[in-house]
Amino acid sequence: MQIGRVVGTVVSTQKHRTFQGAKLLLVQPLNLDDTARGPALLAVDGVGAGVNEKVLIVLEGRAAGEALGRKAAPVDAAIVGIIDTVTVHDG
Amino acid sequence: MQLARVIGDVVITCKDPNLTGIKLLVVQPLTPDRQLTGMPLVAVDAVGAGVGEEVFFVRGKEASFPFLPTEPPVDAGIVGIVDRWDVG
Repeated sequence: MQIGRVVGTVVSTQKHRTFQGAKLLLVQPLNLDDTARGPALLAVDGVGAGVNEKVLIVLEGRAAGEALGRKAAPVDAAIVGIIDTVTVHDG
Repeated sequence: MQLARVIGDVVITCKDPNLTGIKLLVVQPLTPDRQLTGMPLVAVDAVGAGVGEEVFFVRGKEASFPFLPTEPPVDAGIVGIVDRWDVG
């Protein structure tokens, strides 16, 4: 899993039926020092996250479908938690 | 599977219900000569690992298998604590 920050929302009317009712968010993956890592991506939201929140994202198809609660959903990223704290120990 | 060192932990209150009770750790992948390789990532812990320990982890849906019949939505999981390794 990776740490990311929700930077926006995505609205789509014409989409695959398994996306019905799913919330799509734009998430910027982060390094441990909170700098951006790579391009922002779209993730389905399984926990009710909002813009600016730091979240845990799963980047694997079946696991993301699991978070959405639907089998065989054509997704590859999902938000599975809202992060309270990340503690990194030196060494 | 890949070698890594546990370098931190993540606390999450609001999460997918299937993640309840599962420990989340930050792991830094290592080369066999203990150099850092690649970016750190968050992995679930299936073996009771802690910060500072050298472990091996698996990527993909398979990371959820230790928690069956629950299927937490995860893509990386620590599945062993390494006592030692030898190269050559």
